Amino acid sequence: MLKKLLQKNLECLWEEEKLIKIVKRDQPSRAIFFLTPVLAIFLTLFAGGLIFYILGFKPFEALKFFFIVPIADMYGFSELLLKATPLCLIAIGLSFCFKSNNWNIGAEGQLTFGAIVSGGVALLFYNQEGFYILPIVIMAGAIGGMLYASIPAILKTYFNTNEILVSLMLVYVSKLILDYLVVGPWSNPEGFNFPETRQFSDSARLPILFEGLRIHAGIFLALAAVVASWFIFYKTYLGFQMKVSGFSLKTAKYAGYKGKKMIILVFLISGACAGLAGVGEITGPIGQLHREVSPDYGFTAIIVAFLGRLHPVGIIFASLIVAITYLGAETAQIFMQIPKYTGQVFQGMILFFLLASDYLLFFKIKFTGLKK
Amino acid sequence: MHKIFTRSLVSSLVFLFTLTVSAVAKDVKAAFVYIGPTGDHGWTYQHDVGRKAVEAAGYKTTYVEGVPESADAERVLRQLANSGHDVIFTTSFGYMNPTNKVAKEFPNVKFEHATGYKREHPNVSTYAARFYEGRAILGTIAGSMTKSNVIGYVASFPIPEVIRGINSFTLAAQKVNPNIKTKIVWAFTWYDPGKESEAAKALIDQGADIIAQHTDSTAIVQIAEKAGVYAFGQASDMDKFAPKAVLTSVENNWGPYYVDRVKAVANGTWSQKDTWHGIGDGMVVISDLDSAIPSDLQAKVKKLQADLASGKVHAFTGPIYDQKGGLMVAEGKTADDGMLAGMMTYVKGVEGDIPK
Repeated sequence: MLKKLLQKNLECLWEEEKLIKIVKRDQPSRAIFFLTPVLAIFLTLFAGGLIFYILGFKPFEALKFFFIVPIADMYGFSELLLKATPLCLIAIGLSFCFKSNNWNIGAEGQLTFGAIVSGGVALLFYNQEGFYILPIVIMAGAIGGMLYASIPAILKTYFNTNEILVSLMLVYVSKLILDYLVVGPWSNPEGFNFPETRQFSDSARLPILFEGLRIHAGIFLALAAVVASWFIFYKTYLGFQMKVSGFSLKTAKYAGYKGKKMIILVFLISGACAGLAGVGEITGPIGQLHREVSPDYGFTAIIVAFLGRLHPVGIIFASLIVAITYLGAETAQIFMQIPKYTGQVFQGMILFFLLASDYLLFFKIKFTGLKK
Repeated sequence: MHKIFTRSLVSSLVFLFTLTVSAVAKDVKAAFVYIGPTGDHGWTYQHDVGRKAVEAAGYKTTYVEGVPESADAERVLRQLANSGHDVIFTTSFGYMNPTNKVAKEFPNVKFEHATGYKREHPNVSTYAARFYEGRAILGTIAGSMTKSNVIGYVASFPIPEVIRGINSFTLAAQKVNPNIKTKIVWAFTWYDPGKESEAAKALIDQGADIIAQHTDSTAIVQIAEKAGVYAFGQASDMDKFAPKAVLTSVENNWGPYYVDRVKAVANGTWSQKDTWHGIGDGMVVISDLDSAIPSDLQAKVKKLQADLASGKVHAFTGPIYDQKGGLMVAEGKTADDGMLAGMMTYVKGVEGDIPK
């Protein structure tokens, strides 16, 4: 009986009437568009639990240490926000680029260069007081990020280069510039020639929000960016232009949009956001320039931007979720001896499952049932 | 009824027993923070060997690997201090400021920072090894065995630790062979097999027949093996990665220090210290000498090793001149620790300039 059923089913696969049918959608489904990130997260949790099980750890306990324990208290939650702030800020900036079909992969470099410029200004004001210092330091970071992002933008618009390659390679250039500065001219004169600058004066540091926690005023920059991006995306002509260019560059051209101007503008916005994220790190928790300003936030933010569906609110949630994979990996290693690099596995899995489940955007699965 | 009574009696006795035991022997827990993966066969690997020695001595340990020197280090440290660890070893220079910051918040937890110089609170100690003593031995071997009189040296970053190593190596090589030249390539990385390989190839192309390294991967010794030149292992015994090329290795041996310090915490005798141990204290270990080294040279090396250990010979004994011929250390004098700690000039015989 069963054999017959199977046989019939197999035959069905070759016939018109199948048990499961994959049908192309007329239009990408909007509901699925926002549901797939959630699906991707659940699949990641499931696959993560499976990996833990195979490695010989109790899956539920491991997941608890990964996703619940790190944020179980006020301090943990503040650390989550601290970690999510740069990710959110950069991802918001990247969403401008990605929405309009500009593939800025070099946010890490823009972050680094923003940190360099603002760090330089902060060092210039070493041991000085004044309410005006911090705003100047912050502005300097945004300008630094914009300058650095303008390189791939200008090369793309006027010389037709590939922005993916240019922006990516500039990441390594920016890190070498930072190396040079902290080893050489900007190194701490009392620091025995170790590769670090002086600690910035308090006047150049972002204020801490709560005594004893590390969460700083940079979070307001991120929230402001969220609100501003929402406004630009959905309430302005620029947002509409970006959307049209994102769907079809030809249409945008036909409509007479000035493509070059827009490309440069989205890169500048993106660079400013990444630069501000760099400012947040060096004038917030770190307090100086040294060789490792960011643990690749600029690259991780690409995952955040896509997980958040390039939507400002989505990006907030996505940045929190990705941030927790960092904290969770530390907790899981301390308490369960799970290798810390599992955190990166989780980040990779989220992106993988998201891309895989995007298949559902364009195709739907139909259960047709067995025909006698 | 009777059964229940016995059972509860037994369990309460067991409970009491565990209480007394835990009250007598204080469980000391040590934590280690690593910059790289424990499998790097270099810096982090050797610290983890040290951690295992602490485990073997009967103490509980925890480690967190791959902790970037960014804002994340502080959180990891705080979490370790908060979760019942009594002593925390932070094993990279970039953890210096976070270590001191967290130490202030946890005065009952001891902190041990490797290779740093800041001890802002009484519960912070620093420790480092006199690797330059090991490099003096490598220099002696290299100076005696080179045929081209060109020795290649892959360096990481222009900081005193690395400059000191280059100088110690060159001075020792000159002592046995005044004609040698040390050629430096700066890789600007501690661990990047690709970049390190390129650097080693460039040096071999420039005529170097012995390659020394101050970076952590095994790539350089493997390149040397292929090219048929000699090399020295770094941090751990790298002989098994390039059995023909590796003449010997300078091993970082943290185990005895770690066991010592954790014991001191357990006994309540821990106090702030700035430790800088060399061959004599066993923190720097020379691996077995390869059979390619002639026996008279082997004897010479063994003697130098013993003299460095006893303090009879100092790796920086005058007269020492800088590249321009200026006197750095007068005849009969030795460089003091202050000078060694901030050393940022090449000695005579090193080619090129320190990148600035």
